[in-house]
Amino acid sequence: MDITSIFTPVFILGGMGLIFGGGLAYASQKFAVKVDPRIASIRDNLPGANCGGCGFPGCDGFASAVVEGKAPADGCPVASEEAVKAIASVMGQEVSSGEKMIARVICAGGVDKSKESFEYYGIDNCKAANMFKGGSKSCKYGCLGLGTCVKVCPFDAIEITEERLAVVNPDKCTGCGKCIEECPKNVIALVPYKQDVHIDCNNREKGKEVKQKCEVGCIGCQICVKACPFDAIIFENNLARIDYDKCKNCMLCAQKCPTNAIYANFENRKKAEIIEEKCIECTICKKNCPVDAIEGEVKQPHKILEDKCIGCGICEEKCPKNAIRMK
Amino acid sequence: MSAAGLFVILVSSILVNNFVMSRFLGICPFLGVSKQVETAVGMSMAVTFVMTLASIITYLVQYILLAPLGLEYLQTIAFILVIASLVQLVEMIVQKVSPTLYKALGVYLPLITTNCAVLGVAILNIQYEYNLMETIVNAVGASIGFGLAIILFAGIRERLEIADIPAVFKGFPIALITASLMSMAFLGFAGLV
Repeated sequence: MDITSIFTPVFILGGMGLIFGGGLAYASQKFAVKVDPRIASIRDNLPGANCGGCGFPGCDGFASAVVEGKAPADGCPVASEEAVKAIASVMGQEVSSGEKMIARVICAGGVDKSKESFEYYGIDNCKAANMFKGGSKSCKYGCLGLGTCVKVCPFDAIEITEERLAVVNPDKCTGCGKCIEECPKNVIALVPYKQDVHIDCNNREKGKEVKQKCEVGCIGCQICVKACPFDAIIFENNLARIDYDKCKNCMLCAQKCPTNAIYANFENRKKAEIIEEKCIECTICKKNCPVDAIEGEVKQPHKILEDKCIGCGICEEKCPKNAIRMK
Repeated sequence: MSAAGLFVILVSSILVNNFVMSRFLGICPFLGVSKQVETAVGMSMAVTFVMTLASIITYLVQYILLAPLGLEYLQTIAFILVIASLVQLVEMIVQKVSPTLYKALGVYLPLITTNCAVLGVAILNIQYEYNLMETIVNAVGASIGFGLAIILFAGIRERLEIADIPAVFKGFPIALITASLMSMAFLGFAGLV
């Protein structure tokens, strides 16, 4: 075999590439446009997914909008806290770092828990399914689980479980809000990432109807409203809702809910601990504990009953000597 | 070839074998940059420039480099190399000369790289065994045809924006229907040459 038949094309193509490359390098200097260096450094701090969650055409569009003052430095819903700070420092601004928000499907009624009223053989798309009698699920407020949100998620953060329920992976979710726009049932909500308690029901019907349709629906009994020591549960339209600003993740509501419609990550539940050297045995913590989980009299060592403590953190706040810590 | 021959090629590439309407090449910018007449004009200018230059250079590459060395099989990759570098060059020039146009064209400017109409013209020139003059005429004609199609289409779409269209047809569906109707209209030129 003739070796030149291998080398000629390599040289020809390589040579062409070299010439064009050189020409372009020259042209790029000749036609160099002075760009605001801030745009480039902001662009470097953005995630680069071009998801459009900010409302500008891609990350480049957002970067130039920030420099032009049309967008706030924390306008990217996807950027991490550090990235937002970096962008703000490029612009010479201080940013009150907003809490990271993620999407959450507020429905726990999979096919095992919520009855189907008919079998659906149509197009594999929640929007299409919703057009026919609001979908096959007997509950007209719940997740249809056909994965329309999965398809729009730019970060691959949503999965459909075996029970045909969409579940958002909190670590992958960036809170860009695309799934929220797409969901025909409006059953996806933005919640704070740090939140450990969620009311996973979207049904606004009366308790009796909810009970017939779903095992884990909110029946509007308002036990959680009464149980909450912080008035953090709002009850409206036959549905309980958590006010995330007030909620302390004590998970008391989740324990009391008769239908288990409130999800709580009990593994993350904190426990109060008394630092004995600092404690002056004043019983202020005992008086303030909403669940009587602190034992002790004046001038007697205080003790926390671990099985009763709900980790609400009130005692930590009230202790005058900072002798209580949460862990 | 005589002037008449060149004229036939020109008419043929503008109307009869219109790249968008009868060859269905370059559909991406045709649909993407046709929302406003102004950007459509800019896009067709950029395409005209790239197409004509690309045709000349690919012609030279083909007959000076590839054919004498028997490397015709490298045609596609070599042509893409030429087109890609040309697009880069055009991008730089446009950014320098007219930042407004650069912004308006947005992502579609680098997309000329993958505009199959550009590669299509270059390859067709070789296939039809045109000489350099015919190549240039064909490329200019093709880009005028492309410009004609995209500017007409943009004009129609501008009116569609304010027209009362059923909700399901709004946006791309009606644009595609319009495009197919235009394509049928262009079919009327068949047999002209």
